[in-house]
Amino acid sequence: MKNISRAIVTAVALSSAVANAWDFRGEVAGEGRYFTDGPGYTDYWHNGSAYAKGELYHEWNDRNDIFTFIPYARVDENDSERTHADIRELSWIHVASQWESRVGIRKVFWGVTEGRHLVDIINQTDLVDQVDGEEKLGQPMINVSTVQDWGILDVYLLPGFRERTFPGEDGRPRLPVNIDVDNALYESSAEDTRVDAAIRLQMFFGNAQVALSHFSGTSRDPLLLPNVQDLTPPERLALLQTGQLPAGFDATLTPYYNVIDQSGMELQYLLDGWLLKLEAISRSGQGDRYTALDGGFEYTQVALFGSDIDLGYIVEYMWEDRDALLASPFEHDWLFGTRLTFNDVASTDLLLGLIWDSETEEKAVSLETSRRFGDQIKVSLEGRFYTDTGKPPTTEQVFGAALTSQAPDRPLSVYSADDMIQLELVYYF
Amino acid sequence: MFRHLAAVALIAFPSVVLAEAVENKGLEIAREADSRGEGFGDLEASMRMVLISKRGETSERELRVKTLEGKGDEGDKGLTIFDTPADVRGTALLTWSYKSKDDDQWLYLPALRRVKTIASKNQSGSFMGSEFAFEDMRSQEVEKYTYKFLKEEPCGELTCFVSERYPTDKYSGYTRQITWLDTKEYRVQKVEYYDRKESLLKTLTMTDYQLYKDKFWRPGKMHMVNHQTGKATELYWTNYKFDAGLKESDFTQNSLMRAR
Repeated sequence: MKNISRAIVTAVALSSAVANAWDFRGEVAGEGRYFTDGPGYTDYWHNGSAYAKGELYHEWNDRNDIFTFIPYARVDENDSERTHADIRELSWIHVASQWESRVGIRKVFWGVTEGRHLVDIINQTDLVDQVDGEEKLGQPMINVSTVQDWGILDVYLLPGFRERTFPGEDGRPRLPVNIDVDNALYESSAEDTRVDAAIRLQMFFGNAQVALSHFSGTSRDPLLLPNVQDLTPPERLALLQTGQLPAGFDATLTPYYNVIDQSGMELQYLLDGWLLKLEAISRSGQGDRYTALDGGFEYTQVALFGSDIDLGYIVEYMWEDRDALLASPFEHDWLFGTRLTFNDVASTDLLLGLIWDSETEEKAVSLETSRRFGDQIKVSLEGRFYTDTGKPPTTEQVFGAALTSQAPDRPLSVYSADDMIQLELVYYF
Repeated sequence: MFRHLAAVALIAFPSVVLAEAVENKGLEIAREADSRGEGFGDLEASMRMVLISKRGETSERELRVKTLEGKGDEGDKGLTIFDTPADVRGTALLTWSYKSKDDDQWLYLPALRRVKTIASKNQSGSFMGSEFAFEDMRSQEVEKYTYKFLKEEPCGELTCFVSERYPTDKYSGYTRQITWLDTKEYRVQKVEYYDRKESLLKTLTMTDYQLYKDKFWRPGKMHMVNHQTGKATELYWTNYKFDAGLKESDFTQNSLMRAR
């Protein structure tokens, strides 16, 4: 029976390969997390989660038309916000001789650095899914791209906005105060139906690559506003004097999405095996106009001491001149990263990263290692730890600081209760 | 004493001429081999890679390559698409090779939708964990080596030109390579690679040659053994397709992102 169905599948595959091709692939994964510093803002030490991701692919017209559908779903043991589903991609690409169009829900990446993805702005971050911010929500778009002698030009029309996902009340890692995701505020009266636009031009000059971009629309990262307006003046005074919120007060942070204009620049220069990188943005519309940078280099030493092992280094400096109240935790921070690639059959690698705030001495350490088992299973082990960040702030402290417009001394402290080790197993089919 | 000096001078003088002659002959053979491969236009092929550990355990990878022949001073353009193992499926490598400078290389990581530039000095690194280095896999432009003809000798049923070649790239993992090209069709039969310490590192043998379009020979099997680690890699080439209709526009960053 199995052989017959296999024969049929093969026959179908062969016949469809001639005229057109449908292809389905996917991956399922299980993940376990252990929080080494205890329950933090929740009541549990460990958490289990699983996801499934499929990809349906169809090409026709001699590969000049491509259809892709990528559904995604995750379930989480404790966090109802992390149990979520998304269409990562549902798009049609059409390739003409001078240009190509990409229409539908898609994911686009811009950028060259590893520390922060400053320039990358098309997609919303699926923060509840992965704390590193690398996981993105699908973004509806009409994108026209053309490759010319002078470079690659991309124009985007982005109808519809996706709100950032945040861990819920029972989620980890999470901020000390709950995020009121159901009542997000917008600057634009069109709210999440505003049509945003973006443009990017990539150019190549010998060993240098330059990309200039501009985005005009709703900011992907919201401001988080404490609901201090829900406190009566005496309650506010009491908070400032005694550091106490009224009993039963539902303290929340409300996401507020401004309309911004952001110009971005990516620079990359290849110098004798050294890859020099710089990303810079200038943003207006969210407080005062500000500039942020991430620049550094990447170098790989191959065949370390005559072995098969490659050793890569990354050093980057992250900086921004944003108003301290709104500043990111990476406002004057160094990133030191190394990657060991063992070049073995199992594709083992080991990644060690340290982010060091040179003014506050805060440090975030991440360790990641992965290897393959057989042909279809990949296992990765990851650790994230924060040191010298001080004690995690309480809700009262966060609200008190908001009332007095005090910027946090140690911006990473909000994460410091959630040191964790994560084990993930992915099965590809 | 004087007689001795004279004898040394007599021997030394012709050896200079001889050195030039062997360099020229080595270069001529390389040029002839290169010109016999010219005019293929474009090409697609599938490759199965078998990694063999010291203890004989094997692991397989599958990939496809697309190549567009460069015109004039331009080198070839290549696209390599990884099909298995499943976790690297959809990863693709775009290479623009040049005759007189370093290649440009970009790697597409499908999960991140990200194109990364590869610092091309890293050519001595392993290609996908195999015994092939990136520099063994790239297009072998004549200008990337200097040559010295050694001898002719039998190689199997054929006769081979045996030459040494020296990489001009100072970042190469090799000091020299010894190549065996058959005198009949100028096909590479064997290559020995010597590492930076001048010891024999690897031997490549290429077999199961087939003729395409009545002009172009392509190997069906490449076997690379690492003498220092005992590991080996076999490449099995199938589905060679010449005149696949590939164009310049199939080798851009945009096409890299939809390679599959």
